[in-house]
Amino acid sequence: MRIHHIAGRELHSLFVLPLAWIILAAVQLILAVIFFYRLYVFVQFQPHLAGLESPPGLTDLVVAPLLGTAGSIVLLIAPLLTMRLISEERRAGTLQLLLSSPISMTEIILGKYLGLLGFFLIMIAMITLMPLSLLLGGYLDIGQFLAGLLGLTLLVATFCAVGLFMSTLTAIPVVAGVSTFGVLLLLWIIHWASQAGSDKISAALSYLSISRHFEPLLRGIFNVEDVVYYIIMITTLVILSIWRLDADRLHD
Amino acid sequence: MAEETLIAVEHLFRYYGTHRAVHDISFNVSRGEVLGFLGPNGAGKTTTMQIISGALAPSMGRVMVGGIDILDAPKKAKAYIGYLPEHPPLYRELTVDEYLRYCARLHGINRQAIPRALNSCKQRCGLDGAGDRLIDNLSKGYQQRVGIAQAIIHAPAVMILDEPTIGLDPIQIREIRNLIRELGSDHSVILSTHVLPEVQAVCDRVLIIQQGRLVLNDRLDNLKWNIRGNYLRVAFRNPPNITELNKIPGIKQIDQLDGTRFRIQHDINANVPEAIAVMAVESYWGLSELAPESHSLEETFIRLTCGEDLETDGFVIEAPA
Repeated sequence: MRIHHIAGRELHSLFVLPLAWIILAAVQLILAVIFFYRLYVFVQFQPHLAGLESPPGLTDLVVAPLLGTAGSIVLLIAPLLTMRLISEERRAGTLQLLLSSPISMTEIILGKYLGLLGFFLIMIAMITLMPLSLLLGGYLDIGQFLAGLLGLTLLVATFCAVGLFMSTLTAIPVVAGVSTFGVLLLLWIIHWASQAGSDKISAALSYLSISRHFEPLLRGIFNVEDVVYYIIMITTLVILSIWRLDADRLHD
Repeated sequence: MAEETLIAVEHLFRYYGTHRAVHDISFNVSRGEVLGFLGPNGAGKTTTMQIISGALAPSMGRVMVGGIDILDAPKKAKAYIGYLPEHPPLYRELTVDEYLRYCARLHGINRQAIPRALNSCKQRCGLDGAGDRLIDNLSKGYQQRVGIAQAIIHAPAVMILDEPTIGLDPIQIREIRNLIRELGSDHSVILSTHVLPEVQAVCDRVLIIQQGRLVLNDRLDNLKWNIRGNYLRVAFRNPPNITELNKIPGIKQIDQLDGTRFRIQHDINANVPEAIAVMAVESYWGLSELAPESHSLEETFIRLTCGEDLETDGFVIEAPA
C-alpha cells in the first residue's frame, strides 16, 4: 500500500505553497478573536450566573461556541483546499502519472483524502490549544469538550469528502470549489426546509442536515446515530470518488 | 518468435463517445526493440499509448505487458512500465529530487535503493546538479528531462515516451536520442514523434497510424530496402514509346515525368535496370540517366497518411495478427 506516499506528497505540496499557511494563520486569528470575546463576556457575567441553580460553565459558554464557529469557518475554507485534490492533478496532467503507476484507484483517492485530512487535523490541533489553555486557571467539562472535538473532526472530514467527490467530477478546480461550497451550504441549512413538508420528508431533511448532527455533540450529547451519519457520508463519498476516477479511465 | 515479447496489443478499439479514436490496432514489441509510432495529429497515437500505459482503458481489445493482462492485474502489469505522457506530469511546486523521490516511491522502489535510482536516472537525463531546483523554475527542456527521468527511475522493462524530444534544443535532442538507443538495447521503448528523422535515427520498427488504423508495421531496415528497391528514374535522349518500355518483363507501372524522363515501378525480383539498359543500347534510345529512386521515410509517411492506394505503392503491409 502506498497511500502514505500520496498523502505525504499532498501534505507536503500544501505546505510549500503559501495558501496553507495563510489559511492556518487566518483561521487561528479569527478564532482567537472570538475566543477572547467569549471569554471576556463570560468573565463579565460570571457573578450573575453564579446565582443560577445549575449555571452554564466555561465549556458551554466559551468552548462549544468556539468549536461551533470553527465548524462554520471550515465550511467556508474547505472548498478552497479540496477543489484542487483531483481536478488540479487532472488539469496539470499529473493524474497520468498516478494512473500509470502500479497503484490502485483506492490508494490514489484515500491517499489524497487522508493527506488533506492531515492538514485539517493540524488546524484542529491548533484550535484545540485555545480551550486547553483554559485548564490553567479554570474548569472544563472534558467530556463535553472531547465530544465537541469529535464532532468538529467528523464535520471537517465530511466537508473534505464532499470536496473530494466534487473534485473528481471536473478538471477545473474553481468549478469543483464553487460546487463544493454550494453542496456544503445546502447540507448545512437543509433542515430549515423541513418545516414545510410532511413528517416523513421533514424527518429525512432533518437527518440529512450536516449541522443537526454537529449541535448535539457540541452540547456534549454523544449519540451513536450522529457519528454513524458522518461515517456513512464519508464512506459513501469516498467510494463514489473511487468509482468516478475509475470511470474516467473507461469513458471520458 | 525467439525474442521475448514484452508488449502484445491485440485488436485494440477505443471510442470517445461515438468518435472512434483507435480502430483494431494490433502489434507486438519485443525486448530490445525501439518502436517508432508515427501519425498525423489526432491519429490516435496518444490514445494508444495511454491505453498501453494503463492510464486509459480500451473499449475493446487486450494489452498484455510482460505476459500480464493490464486490465486483469493492473498493478503487476504497470510495474513493467515507465510512461512519459505528452505533457510531462510534473508537480511544479516540488524540487527535482523531491519529485523523483515521490515517483520512485509510487513505483515501489524500497527506501534503501532510492538514492541510487535517483542518482543514476538524474545522471542519465543530464540532471546532475539540478536536484535542488524547483521544477517550476526549470526551462521547458529541463522539465522534459525530468519527465523522462520519471519514466526511467524504476528501470522499467518497457518505456512509453510520448513525443520525448519536443521542446528540446538540438544538443539535448541528440542526448535524448542516444539515451533512447541505450535504453532500447536492454529494454523496450515505444516512442511517438512527429519528427521523422528521429524515427530513422533511433527506431528498429515503425508503426504508422492513420485515423485510428494501423497502416504500416514494419522493421525500418525492411522498409528502406523496399522503398529503394522498386522505383527507377530513367531518362533517354530519344525516348521510346511507353508501350515499348512496357514490354520489359517485371515493369509494373510507368509514369512519364516529361518528354524524356520516366519513373518506373518494377518488381524487385526481376532485374529491370539491367533489362532497361540492354534495351536502351540495342534500340538507340540514348540512355542518359538510370537511377534507383530512394524514398525518404517522409514520403512514405505522407503517402500512407494522405490516403493513396497502398497496393500500387508496393509497400509491405503486415496484416494485424
